[in-house]
Amino acid sequence: MLKVRTVHTYYGSIHALKGVSLHVRPGEIVTLIGANGAGKSTLVNTICGLVPCRKGRIEFLGDSVGELPPEEIVRRGIALVPEGRQIFSTLSVQANLEMGGFIHRRNGRQVAEDMDRMFRRFPILEQRRNQLAGTLSGGEQQMLAISRALMSRPRLVVLDEPSMGLAPLIVKEIFHIIRELRDEGSTILLIEQNARAALQIADRGYVMETGKMVLEGDGSMLLEHREVRRAYLGKGAREIWEA
Amino acid sequence: MPIWEPQEECMSRDELQQLQLERLQATLNRVYRNVSFYRRRFKEMDFRPEDDLTDLRDIRRLPFTTARDVSDSYPYEMFAVPLREVVRVHSSSGVMVNPRVVGYTRQDLKVWSNLVARILSAAGVTQDDVIQVTFGYGLLTGGLGIHYGAERIGASVLPTSVGRTERQIKIMQDFRTTVLVSTPSYALVIADKVEAVGMDPKRLSLRYCICAGEPWTESMRKEIEERLFVKATDNYGISEVMGPGVAGECLEQQGMHLQEDHFLAEIIDPETGQVLEPGREGELVITTLAKEAFPVIRYRTGDLCSIHPDPCPCGRTFHRLGRIRGRSDDVVVIKGINVIPQRIGDILEEIKGERPVYQLAATRRGHQDQLEIRVEVTDQLFYDKMRDQKTLVDVMRRKVTNFIGITPRIKLVERGSLERVGGEVRLFVDRREQASGTEDQDG
Repeated sequence: MLKVRTVHTYYGSIHALKGVSLHVRPGEIVTLIGANGAGKSTLVNTICGLVPCRKGRIEFLGDSVGELPPEEIVRRGIALVPEGRQIFSTLSVQANLEMGGFIHRRNGRQVAEDMDRMFRRFPILEQRRNQLAGTLSGGEQQMLAISRALMSRPRLVVLDEPSMGLAPLIVKEIFHIIRELRDEGSTILLIEQNARAALQIADRGYVMETGKMVLEGDGSMLLEHREVRRAYLGKGAREIWEA
Repeated sequence: MPIWEPQEECMSRDELQQLQLERLQATLNRVYRNVSFYRRRFKEMDFRPEDDLTDLRDIRRLPFTTARDVSDSYPYEMFAVPLREVVRVHSSSGVMVNPRVVGYTRQDLKVWSNLVARILSAAGVTQDDVIQVTFGYGLLTGGLGIHYGAERIGASVLPTSVGRTERQIKIMQDFRTTVLVSTPSYALVIADKVEAVGMDPKRLSLRYCICAGEPWTESMRKEIEERLFVKATDNYGISEVMGPGVAGECLEQQGMHLQEDHFLAEIIDPETGQVLEPGREGELVITTLAKEAFPVIRYRTGDLCSIHPDPCPCGRTFHRLGRIRGRSDDVVVIKGINVIPQRIGDILEEIKGERPVYQLAATRRGHQDQLEIRVEVTDQLFYDKMRDQKTLVDVMRRKVTNFIGITPRIKLVERGSLERVGGEVRLFVDRREQASGTEDQDG
């Protein structure tokens, strides 16, 4: 479904992605893990067209999408749940969802139907539909961000650090929701620092280190993997032999 | 026959190429970081994996890794993980000064058993089978490699290991073995023995024979199938790359599916190193895509074969290796063991401090390979006393046995009696074909 081949991305003169490749098959949860600054979010932003891809190729459903602007990428079926949620805090919950359905705005019935679906899934949002999004709790905001992304009826949902800044119990719920989404047929690319939780629900995973891929494998295999344990612990845990 | 991992073994070529590229990239990134041998080589040619790999074909820019490189890094220099991550060590038969040592992490062993499970499934093995493994258990990869894969499938494994043919066939009969794993020549030795003791092969429970370890032919396959009443399949493994599980035939018997999600194969001209087109015969070169402890980049296997890209009726999309036709180097295979004739000279030289004139001859008695070493006598090697002469021969036999693991017959011959080509004695002569040829006529 999604194919990323040897992509290079720069922030100014900083070489942030160094020939990264990755793929996601329909119906999979694929997770991308790695320490802070490894380039995970850069990869997400590159896929979603927010940062230009300097070299390499990004293919979605067989078409090259590396050159397209973000709105066109959403139209093709990739929706991003951004890091830090980035909901429109001064708009109501309902308005946020309408924004998510922007590309279907000419089809009012569909947008209304989809919104109903979101409210059925997250009843708490219905209770708060007229409340300003900024007044929601962290967990509620994350649910809103996910619902907003689903409003575009995406084929691939990209979640960037959905557990960030949330209480453990809420994190558990968010991961439960992600798994439900997959069971309902969505395809998911999940970027997480919480490697353990992410790998537990993932079919496959990739490990990034300083802009490069160093490992690819089944979720269960990566869970037991030495390098993953290390990526988890961050840079402080360099092995003696690597010095 | 069920396919062990249909999602992998039947994936589209397009999907496979993406996966290969991703895994190759991760492998190159890791060897660059962790293995000084590769880092040095990549740096010498200014190859940076992150910049210079944009396509699978870019791998052709990298130098080959040879058996000598692996031998020179004896024992652990080419490992890509610290030794405490390594849970198993194997080594190859001793054709070099140092054997080639390979290691496996816990994850490597899991992958390995899984790949062997794939090739065994392809060859007909299921959890209902009783599988008798007549490969050596020990430092060589054959025995334990097959063993773990068979257990993974859930078959009942009989680790009988090599030799003692009479005991093997008694076990085969009493334990109702359904699958025999052996070298093709040993399968025929078993057939001979079955005949010799007057056992009716039809009354055995055998269904399949899985062969590996040495080059063989279609006529041998036919003979094994007819005499043991089995379906015989070919499979390919090499310790430096993994062991058994690299490639294996399905029941279509049309070549060995290469486990392409784990191994990237090229066929090269052994002289020029040029990559050859699909279908052409040349030396097999393998790059591992997911090995952790002992990844190899463009390893020259020394085995001559070809790769066939045409689709297989079994549904697996992995390309197939044709029969291994032989070796591209001086290695000769005797009883499934790789032997380099020059190295035998080194061993003989150690005994008396003088390199004797010698010749290796592979012969076949019945279906059993034998190694004979003919040594020309010199003043130094000549004794009046028979006893001293016998001691010398014993020492030679013991030294060679210790080194290569095959007990040779040592024959002292007159000076100048060995066959010479252009003044040089041919170090190796193969008399196996003729021997089995006459056998056939007799039989």
